[in-house]
Amino acid sequence: MSSNNESIDRKRRSFLGKAGAAVATTVVAPGVVLHAAAPRSPEQPVTDAVRWGMLIDANKCASGCSDCVQACEEENGLNLVQMPEGADPEEWARQRPRWIRQIQLQDNLTGQVTTLPMMCQHCEEPPCADVCPTGASFRRADGIVMVDRHICIGCRYCMMACPYKARSFIHEEVEEKPTHTPRGKGCVESCNFCVHRLDNGRTTTACQDACRHQAIVFGDLKDKNSPVAKALESVKSRQIRADLQLNTGVRYSGV
Amino acid sequence: MSSTVVRSLCLAALFALIGGPVVAAEGAPGAIVPGSKAAGLDHCVEPTPYMRRHHMELILHQRDKTVHQGIRTKKYSLANCIDCHVGHDAGGKAVPVNAEGQFCDSCHDFVGQSLDCFECHATTPTPASAGK
Repeated sequence: MSSNNESIDRKRRSFLGKAGAAVATTVVAPGVVLHAAAPRSPEQPVTDAVRWGMLIDANKCASGCSDCVQACEEENGLNLVQMPEGADPEEWARQRPRWIRQIQLQDNLTGQVTTLPMMCQHCEEPPCADVCPTGASFRRADGIVMVDRHICIGCRYCMMACPYKARSFIHEEVEEKPTHTPRGKGCVESCNFCVHRLDNGRTTTACQDACRHQAIVFGDLKDKNSPVAKALESVKSRQIRADLQLNTGVRYSGV
Repeated sequence: MSSTVVRSLCLAALFALIGGPVVAAEGAPGAIVPGSKAAGLDHCVEPTPYMRRHHMELILHQRDKTVHQGIRTKKYSLANCIDCHVGHDAGGKAVPVNAEGQFCDSCHDFVGQSLDCFECHATTPTPASAGK
């Protein structure tokens, strides 16, 4: 294989992006532009007129607070997953399903500690989807990276490929699972931006609702008037591992 | 024996088993659980013969539309099946649809066809307050 094949022509991607944007925008009258991000009716499929994303302000994220993690676990039934009988508690602590991890960064020079929640970054170019042998890992048109557990074979390639350690594997059968978050032995899962909420017309995630420090802003990155787009415009933010050029949907400020 | 013959025999057996209200009234094992919402309706989301043959296709199609396109209409959703077909015990508590003698189990058990949905999906409706 020639080395040319290995490099990605990103100009082509940006051209396609612009072409798509042109279709999604309609000029009603001179100077009046209608953005095609009107709420979707339940029968309509998701489209790329919306890209869900998040901005996390690590300066506001309080050390010792785990409200977002708790809310996520309750919303998505992760708190119902029991440790298998006879399992090693230490192993369980490492392997139990978790959609948000609390990360602490320490500046070794100054000793300053930063806390932040780390979850699926909902990449535009998700490595998990690249390596998935069955197509179970995929990116939905509205930017949410998900696992179709109907076709996941539990190989866990995606867990190894994810630079953010965002995915969990369900090792044992799960007794209790809510209707909106099915869960069974042998599949991988991760944060899906509370997709059941979004599909039912809500516009917030459980972690965002739970954060009393307002460290999490969630919304449509393509809607210039959404709180998240405005915040991203006014605050200096960054992608974690920007060098990988994944164009993450989750951005951080204050790190 | 050709697969067509086997299939028609299976279907004949299935129809004998879930012969509708008439058979159920005679005391034979009926698929429709008494006391479920479905018991009070004339037919399912499509006519009964169609549902008997094609319910798995409807659910399969809806599952892909839900996961990949975010379409969560109720009509053909598994959650709606369970909501309507779930039975209740004497105390009013929902009984899993795959429990012995319940709606899904009665036919699937008879023909020895495994029920994979409930390895992951809930078998009773989740209270309306959660996840809406």
